[in-house]
Amino acid sequence: MSLTRMYGLFLRHFYLITRSFPRILDLIYWPSIQITLWGFISNFFATHTTYYNNAVGVILTCAILYDFLFRTSIGFNMLFLEEIWSRNFTNLFIAPMKIGEILTSLVVTALIRALIGLIPAILLTSPLFGISILDLGIFLFFLFLSLYLFGITLGVLVSAGLLRFGPSFENIAWSTMFLLAPFGCIYYPIDILPEIFQKIAYLLPLVYIFEEARNILINQTVDLKNIYYAFIWNGVYFVLSICLFYYSFNVAKNKGTLINMGE
Amino acid sequence: MKNLVEVKDIKKNYGKNEAVKGISFTIKEDEILGLLGPNGCGKTTTIGMLLGLLKPTSGEIFINGQKLDENRIEILEQINFISPYIELPKKLTVNQNLIVYGKLYKIKNINQRIEFLSEKLRLNDLLNKITGELSSGQKNRVSLAKALINEPKVLFLDEPTASLDPEVGDFVRTFLENYKKEKKISILLASHNMNEVTRLCKSILMMKEGNIIDKGNPNELISKHGRQNLEEVFLKLSRSKNEFD
Repeated sequence: MSLTRMYGLFLRHFYLITRSFPRILDLIYWPSIQITLWGFISNFFATHTTYYNNAVGVILTCAILYDFLFRTSIGFNMLFLEEIWSRNFTNLFIAPMKIGEILTSLVVTALIRALIGLIPAILLTSPLFGISILDLGIFLFFLFLSLYLFGITLGVLVSAGLLRFGPSFENIAWSTMFLLAPFGCIYYPIDILPEIFQKIAYLLPLVYIFEEARNILINQTVDLKNIYYAFIWNGVYFVLSICLFYYSFNVAKNKGTLINMGE
Repeated sequence: MKNLVEVKDIKKNYGKNEAVKGISFTIKEDEILGLLGPNGCGKTTTIGMLLGLLKPTSGEIFINGQKLDENRIEILEQINFISPYIELPKKLTVNQNLIVYGKLYKIKNINQRIEFLSEKLRLNDLLNKITGELSSGQKNRVSLAKALINEPKVLFLDEPTASLDPEVGDFVRTFLENYKKEKKISILLASHNMNEVTRLCKSILMMKEGNIIDKGNPNELISKHGRQNLEEVFLKLSRSKNEFD
């Protein structure tokens, strides 16, 4: 056993971490996010033990909705990362494709990937747990559409980061969904969050989507305002993400990231 | 012969680092121009700017009479690139990869084009094989097929025969010579293989520290610098103090 050699290998990774802000960020926020998310969930169940008594499928429904969002976002990122991993990135960007064409094809492919994963999950919940997500009725379509839009928006934002910072941004790509999960109020109502977190949560479409899913399943009523706000915020973030992608593309052309996609 | 590529005083700075310091050159139709220089001299940066992957700090690039920054898509339809540092998706078959790129370049009669290139580049037996499982020489020929899928008017080659055995290297060089003669295309060849450059190029640019320090026909350069071959000229120029300093 050689300490020098082991130290050498340690340095190989240490240098990588210290030279990359996204990697440092990734190390710091993972534990914080996990603790925050599960802290709120525990807190909610400790104080509201009867909340879900009459609607056993609520948590599972929200889990499926969240998974659809997760699959859409990660699916989009994966498509972008695949090009980097296979060293095909340069070939793609010297092909005569407009940025809009690249984004649109990724958006459609991400939807197909997400649906391939989602449909079996929906079909399984009924025989296994006696629960059908279709209980959400016609509004299920709007909730899915809203989640899809937000998933794509996150995917575009992360891809913009990959263009701007290179593959070191990859870790962020994997964890964006977990970063937002505590604010998304997926498994608990927004009231459980501290006031400052509530203010942040109301700036995200997620909270409106999951609040509405619970509202439909538990109260058997529909609050169109939630669906409306979710689409408004989705629109705002989607436009912002597209602008950021174009900006990052221009930065990448200045910095040379497009011809130098290494670690 | 008309100029297919015109580069006018392009510069590229990365912060305070001047990677390319205002170079100008042209590539005529039916010409192979060699781009030589030591590592870090600005060759890749120059090719990156010609491919539209890098924005020049200043200067202009015209390809087939069109300004690159104003007609990016139209120009990308007419050019292509091959480098050992970029690859095609490894898990797709050769045929799938060529179909994908045929679609990206909006090639009509893709199957006919693939058939033509397969014949020319000896790919017939490889079409249904997984790209990632091919040897270096086979991958190189597949990359060449991808680079020719759109019948480019201008081809940029960065070390096209690096890591190839002499037989495959010779096959690629002969193919390029014949293809250029047949289609009258322009080729920019960046290479460290001096025999290859001497064989393929009628004119050469020598780059060092972001500048073009000499240019001319390989034989002219050899006699001008009083050396036996291009490699000795390369070593002399690379080791001499840069006259621009």
